[in-house]
This record gives sequence, structure tokens and C-alpha cells, in this order.
Amino acid sequence: MRSLSILAYVLLGILLVAGAMGNWVNSYIQLVIMYIGINIILSSSLNLVNGYMGEFSVGHAGFMAVGAYITSVLNVWFFTDSTIFGPSLFPPVSAVVLFPVTLLIGGIGAALAGLLVAIPSFRTRGDYLAIITLAVNYIVKSSIENLQVIGGARGFMGMGSVVNAMKSAVQVPWILIWVLIATGLAIWVLYRFVNSTYGKGIVAIRDDEIAAEIMSVDTRRMKMVAFMLSSGLAGIAGGLFAHVLGYINPGTFTIMKSTEVLVMVYLGGMGSLSGSVLSAVILTVGLELFRSFQVWKWVVVPLLLILLMLFRPEGLFGHRELTDVFPWLGRRFAKKERQV
Amino acid sequence: MSLLEIRDLTHFFGGLRAVYNLNLTLEGGELLGLIGPNGAGKTTVFNLVCGFYRPTEGEIQLLGKNIAGLRPHKVTALGIARTFQNIRLWNTLTVFDNLCISQHYLLGYGLVKSVLRTPSFRASEAKVRRTASELLELLGLNHYAKEYPKNLPYGLQRRLEIGRALSIHPKLLLLDEPAAGMNPGEVEQLIDLIRWIRTEFKLTIWLIEHHMRVVMSVCDHIKVLDFGETIADGTPDQVKQNRRVIQAYLGEEEPSYA
Repeated sequence: MRSLSILAYVLLGILLVAGAMGNWVNSYIQLVIMYIGINIILSSSLNLVNGYMGEFSVGHAGFMAVGAYITSVLNVWFFTDSTIFGPSLFPPVSAVVLFPVTLLIGGIGAALAGLLVAIPSFRTRGDYLAIITLAVNYIVKSSIENLQVIGGARGFMGMGSVVNAMKSAVQVPWILIWVLIATGLAIWVLYRFVNSTYGKGIVAIRDDEIAAEIMSVDTRRMKMVAFMLSSGLAGIAGGLFAHVLGYINPGTFTIMKSTEVLVMVYLGGMGSLSGSVLSAVILTVGLELFRSFQVWKWVVVPLLLILLMLFRPEGLFGHRELTDVFPWLGRRFAKKERQV
Repeated sequence: MSLLEIRDLTHFFGGLRAVYNLNLTLEGGELLGLIGPNGAGKTTVFNLVCGFYRPTEGEIQLLGKNIAGLRPHKVTALGIARTFQNIRLWNTLTVFDNLCISQHYLLGYGLVKSVLRTPSFRASEAKVRRTASELLELLGLNHYAKEYPKNLPYGLQRRLEIGRALSIHPKLLLLDEPAAGMNPGEVEQLIDLIRWIRTEFKLTIWLIEHHMRVVMSVCDHIKVLDFGETIADGTPDQVKQNRRVIQAYLGEEEPSYA
């Protein structure tokens, strides 16, 4: 990404963290910011599959669940004295260093779960693949519900003490910091991937798979990369989500959650990273503002989807970026395409 | 060693015999035409050569290496490029990107390097872009670099599709009905283009065509298929006079009882 936008993002992050520490940003606002970050990761990673590759995945929450559970279990096992795993494996303070490692392992676990969709995608696509993603979502959710070791349907907790252990070592809002870092990295990775000739191979698959195959794009490999990257990022978002809440249960990761992410992708526009970011912000803030009407959420969100499909099926910016819609933004951020 | 050698190639779709006992040798440098009535199995032969179908029987060798049954992107990487009967360009990507992405197998980097933008990533990206710019220049598509293919006139879309096939530096170029849907002016330009490509890139070209003006004026050798079988083989003039060819195209002459 252009260095100026990276700088702006880092400054914003430092301001938010400083604000959180100086108590200018209260814990509720912090929570909303963390939700925004997590939703940005979820929507932009789903956009890779649904927007850039043109498949229709409706099971994103399943991968989120895999990441959430792996990261949580590892953290509780490693850094806390729990009834399930006994005394902590490492001194609780080491969570400060090892937390990102567990996040990454959660992401890798979710990426491997992504193979459950990636491999069938070699032979099927469109509606049929959508049904497979739905099935995978349910397989994940029901498997966790039946794994009594990690709480089954009752859910899993103990991540709060991990966060407290980290805080007792160094008094900073750890999870907020990791959400900000992970969000920045996710966008950075996705941006660079989809803007490389290699990454554009997945757009070629969307436009014409046969032509892509004949023009030397290894379609199977590209589908694997796209699905695994997408689900891996969802897993990382899940790991963060678990540590923001301190408690997770399988009921959180149903088709409802997947739908929420879908709305963000379609509101922002398929194949538009900035659209996904913007719509994640708008939707998260919007739902928070109308929190008192929460019972109506599942009327409003699907209604939004219907209206969107009727009047603006391409979303806010379909296949375009913010800088294409507002060229002056591009000029301001000095778009310096390297001349080669 | 011959460039392409096809031996006893046979292909069935279920019970339907699409190609039967096809034998063909391309030494390199020829311009071969493949003609025949609709449904004769011409495109199936192309699909077999590029790896879309695994032949039921027979061998396809490229420079002595058996390629029958290889996946299409591997066949392309070995040097066979093609265009399609109905143009298949990537319409949401720019003309320039169309010429870049086609060189996918030359990239030599993966996800990690594309994110970290290592020196090797930059080098290969630069090389791919250079090839694409050169082709734009050569094909006279400079002005359209940032345009989307669907906005181009039909003749230029064809030209771009041929350019995209050239971007992989093929040894053998397969053109599937390049003149389909073209007006007479565009056809003349196409004939010039094919001749020019042949000398400029020193390629072997194999084309399927219904447009007889194109076939007869550019090909130095023609093979005629009917119901999957080879019914004639020879120079354009020989083929034109062949009885079986005339029969296949025009049907049997009604015996006259005048």
C-alpha cells in the first residue's frame, strides 16, 4: 500500500492505544473499535473468495470458529491454570510474546479447514460450491458442539485470565493492539496479493476459468491459495474475537454470523477492498447505534440485503476502489505506480 | 525431432466417436489448416491437444514428450497456446492485465513473495510487464492498454486474444476459427496479421477455419475432417479438387434421370 496510508494507519493506531491508556477512549468505544477491526478482517477476507474469485461462500463463520477455538484452547492450556488442562504449561507472563503465535496457529488451523472447501472447488462451482460451504459451516459448528472436552454447546471460557496475565506483565490494552495490528496486516497482505499479477490470476478465474486454465494459470493452486488465505484470515479474526469477549460458544458461529459478513461484503462491493473496509465500519457502528432495537437486527440486516440486491447489486463500489470513485483521494495519497 | 506428432488419436464422448485415428506431424514452421463441416471434430482435436480432454486412445507428443492427459496449464507452459472460437478474454481486467496474467507460469513466485515484494518478485513482475508492453506496441493496441476488452471492437478483441496467446512465447499457436464473425475488412486485416505473426515470431501455426478465403490464402497445408475421420490431406489446390471434400461439404450429387 502507499507508504502514506500506512503511516496514517499507524498514527491512528497509536492515537487509539494512547487514548485507551489515557482513558480518553472509554472501554465501550474500545470494544466497538475492536469489533470494527475484526469485521474488517472478516469482510475483506471473504471478499477475496466472493468478490475477487467470484465464488459464493456462505460459511465464513465456520472458519472463524476453527480459529477462535484453536487459539482459545492453546492460550488457556498454555497460560492459565484451568480445570480442563491443569496447571499452565508456560509462565502466564509469556503470553505477552506467545499470544501472536497462538493467533497464527489458529489461522493456520482455519486455513487447513479451508481445504474442505478448496478441494471440492476444483470440480464444482457456483451454487453447488455455495452449498458445500454451508455444509462445512455446519460441520464445524456441530463438531464443536459435540466435543465435550472443550465445553461442547456450553461454550469455552478462560481467555479473560490470559488477557489479565498479559496485562499484569505490561499494562496496555493488549487485545486492542493486536486487533489493530492484525487488521492492518490483513489489509496489507490482501492488497498486495490482489494487486500482483499472481493474485490477479484469481480474477482471471472469475472472468473465464477456461481461458485462465489455457493461459497457464494453475487454477487448482490459485483456488487453494485463495480459499486458504481467506479462511486463515477468518481464523485469526476468530481468535481475536474470542479474546475480546473472553467467552465463545458454537452458537456464535452459525449461518447468522456468516450472513452478517456477507452483508458487509455485498454492501461494500464485490472485488473492492476499500468497500469492504468501509462497509465493515458503517455496519458495525450502525448496529451499535441502534443497539436498543437489537431484536430487529435480523429483520433489518436481511432487508438491507434485499434492498441492496434490488437497487445496487454491485454494492457501494463494485469492483472499484475508493481511489477510483474519488480520484482526488488517489492524487492526495500520491499514487506512485513504480515505472518498470 | 518433429514439433508435434499425433499418432492414432481417437476420442469418444460416451458412445459418440468425435475423433477417429487422427495422424499428424508438424515439423515446425508450417501453417496448417484444419477444415471440415460443422461437428466434424475440429475443436475436439484442439481440446485434446491442449489438455482439456484426455484422449481415449492415441498419443500426442510435443518435441518427443508425451503431453496427452497433462493438465492444460502444463501444456501451455510447454509451448502450446491457443485462441477460442468464441472470444474468451478476461473482461473485468484491463487489456494490459490480460497480457500480463497470461504469463502466469513464468512468474516464478507465490503468495509469500507477492506480499513481501522481494527483489525476485519485482524482477519477474518487470519482465512480465515488459513483454506485455512490447506486445501492445507490436499489435498496435497501445491506446487501449487501460481499456477493458469488452469495450474494444470485435476485430481488436481477436487481435488481443491472439496477442495474449503470443505472450507465453509459444512454439505452436492454435487458432480456433479466428475469422468467425468478422466483416470482410477485418478478415483482410486478419490474413495480414497471421502472415506477419508467422514471420515475426517464427511460429508454427495450426488453424481451424470455415472462411475459405482465409484458409486458401494463408495455409500451406490443409487437413480435412468429417465425422472425426481424415478425408483429405494436401495443399490448398489439391484439397479444393478432392471429391470426398466436395461431397462432405456439398453432399452427393443427385443422379440425374433426364
